[in-house]
Amino acid sequence: MKIHEYQAKQLLAKAGVKVPRGVVAKTPDEAAAGFTELGGPLAVVKSQIHAGGRGKGRFKQHPEQPGVVLVKSAEATKDHASRMLGSTLVTIQTGGEGKPVNVLLIEEGLKIAKEMYLGVVVDRESGGPILIASTEGGMEIEVVAHDHPEKILQEPFDVEAGLLPYQARNVAYRLGLDGTSIRAAEKLFRQVCQFFVDNDCSMVEINPLVVTADGDLVVGDAKVTFDDNALFRHQDLVALRDLNEEEPMEVQAQASGLSYVKLDGNLGCLVNGAGLAMSTMDIIKYHGGAPANFLDVGGGANVDQVTEAFRIILADPNVKGILVNIFGGIMKCDTIVTALLAAYDKIGISVPLVVRLEGTNVDLARKMLADSGKKIIVGTDLTDAAKKAVASLGA
Amino acid sequence: MSILVDHHTKIICQGITGKAGLFHSQQCRAYAKEHRPGEDVFVGGCTPGKGGTEIDGFPVFNTVEQAARKTGANCSLIFVPPPFAADAILEAADAGMELIVCITEGIPVLDMARVHRAMQGSKSRLIGPNCPGIITPGVAKIGIMPGYIHKPGNVGLISKSGTLTYEAAWQLGNIGMGQTTAVGIGGDPIIGTMYIDLLRMFQADPKTEAILMIGEIGGNAEILAAQFIKEHVTKPVAAFIAGATAPPGKRMGHAGAIISGGAGTAEEKKKALEDVGVVVADSPADMGAAVKRAFDRRK
Repeated sequence: MKIHEYQAKQLLAKAGVKVPRGVVAKTPDEAAAGFTELGGPLAVVKSQIHAGGRGKGRFKQHPEQPGVVLVKSAEATKDHASRMLGSTLVTIQTGGEGKPVNVLLIEEGLKIAKEMYLGVVVDRESGGPILIASTEGGMEIEVVAHDHPEKILQEPFDVEAGLLPYQARNVAYRLGLDGTSIRAAEKLFRQVCQFFVDNDCSMVEINPLVVTADGDLVVGDAKVTFDDNALFRHQDLVALRDLNEEEPMEVQAQASGLSYVKLDGNLGCLVNGAGLAMSTMDIIKYHGGAPANFLDVGGGANVDQVTEAFRIILADPNVKGILVNIFGGIMKCDTIVTALLAAYDKIGISVPLVVRLEGTNVDLARKMLADSGKKIIVGTDLTDAAKKAVASLGA
Repeated sequence: MSILVDHHTKIICQGITGKAGLFHSQQCRAYAKEHRPGEDVFVGGCTPGKGGTEIDGFPVFNTVEQAARKTGANCSLIFVPPPFAADAILEAADAGMELIVCITEGIPVLDMARVHRAMQGSKSRLIGPNCPGIITPGVAKIGIMPGYIHKPGNVGLISKSGTLTYEAAWQLGNIGMGQTTAVGIGGDPIIGTMYIDLLRMFQADPKTEAILMIGEIGGNAEILAAQFIKEHVTKPVAAFIAGATAPPGKRMGHAGAIISGGAGTAEEKKKALEDVGVVVADSPADMGAAVKRAFDRRK
């Protein structure tokens, strides 16, 4: 689960991490009042969306308006805010559709001496959390990692003990910090790592981490993602979820126990199992089609789930055909077909439907499909089904 | 021969009184009975608070330690719900289980970090979590896979995904091939056993003559596997990587299946494997045939 920058900064501040003074605004007047409250002479107005690249991003309705802007007066703040709020911000990370901006963060200006990068993620190789730091702040860390891997510092730390003081100092010295900044870094690095563990994060990214003119360290921007699997023990964090930022159909699917991701193609797919679902997308592409979605109905697909899955797939107006790919293991093929036929009647599917079944009781299941009298195309194997599904789009 | 599972494996189930735990314990017991009549392979289970009872003929114990002492079990199959699964794994390790197979999906990743830390130096081997389990066809099935699709044979199968493993086993069966052992390693970011561990075991297993590894987007385990294959594996290897069409930044079902910042793509993994001589299937329909090609290439 992702949260907004302003929420991340509020949580980090609670954990003792230094963040700039800021005010959250939902109207242009609140934004102007925020500027006045911070006292100037300079402030930053930042659009709050779950995507990066906001500074270079522009609004659909106001092509000249950037997503992040420096302001020097309450009037200017209000002026910018009136264009930003309620408008759609398009950045390199949002895709062409962009994201609506409903909240702004007005922050005090900082006296920036240096910008660095700080991140915490789970390292699959060492099997635990890892602190990542770089002197190259303000840039995409993936770009730095690609072009200058030597500028990426990595410090795995123990999930129970946290980042130890000496580890924090090692990183601080290797970043070239000195003087009072070393103490500030030791404290901040350890706080951020503890924050990561305490809140079951899957990612904390502070980019830039600002070194101020007087040697202090302050969070410039913060991205925090929580581990969905651990939210059961963080009910307070669940409240921070912003459904406006999520694809509505993905939210609906999640509520029904389905795993769905919307894509740009026109061939819908319904599959059991994540790996097979991904592979089904791949084979559609391999045979010249374009998948409209990833959809895993899980191992115990029943009539309700299959019906819901069809509903979600068909809610996408781009979908011109559907490929069902089921490997019946413990869940028998005939059980799946029963659910499939019931769902078919409930929904009234009007686009071509290609079904590929394999596994337990497959012969019975194929006979049921053939006897149903419905316009269902049967694929004999994975390749045949994918080819037929792609061909059905042109028919 | 086989790896990890053989005629000495004696299994209990943690969470045997739950719906899934009981169902799959019955299935695994039935598989053992069919292939090794007269032998006691699946010997019981445990659920705290239900010790001393019996469920469908399985004796139930309060703790893994008791179950191990009374039944001689050396392997545990875990169906405990996600909030308690990490504790269950560590209980099994503490009771000296040689093999721990955790099916549970949805365990918090930092819980697994704690498990990983606690199991450093442990003699137990953990498979999973979030996996279909492990099967040595004709000997024992410890997991949720349909037993009959896995035919005995000479291919070692390693996979991150459940249904894709079945698909692969099915394809192998259709061309008259089978497996020594098939292992689902799981789709989570932190897992007990990775490709490299199993590549080493399959390389050492005299009965295994080729290896099929099925990977997916996210992380760099397949890249590390490629490096390992280059240096240590002399047997033919075939592979498939799922998720070539997955968009970056989106989690594709499995918690670990996410392309982050341009790393962990199918393309990159495919290339790394091909560079070390692995036959990589372009289509998921081609996994079985890829194994055959890997064999032929060596002739």
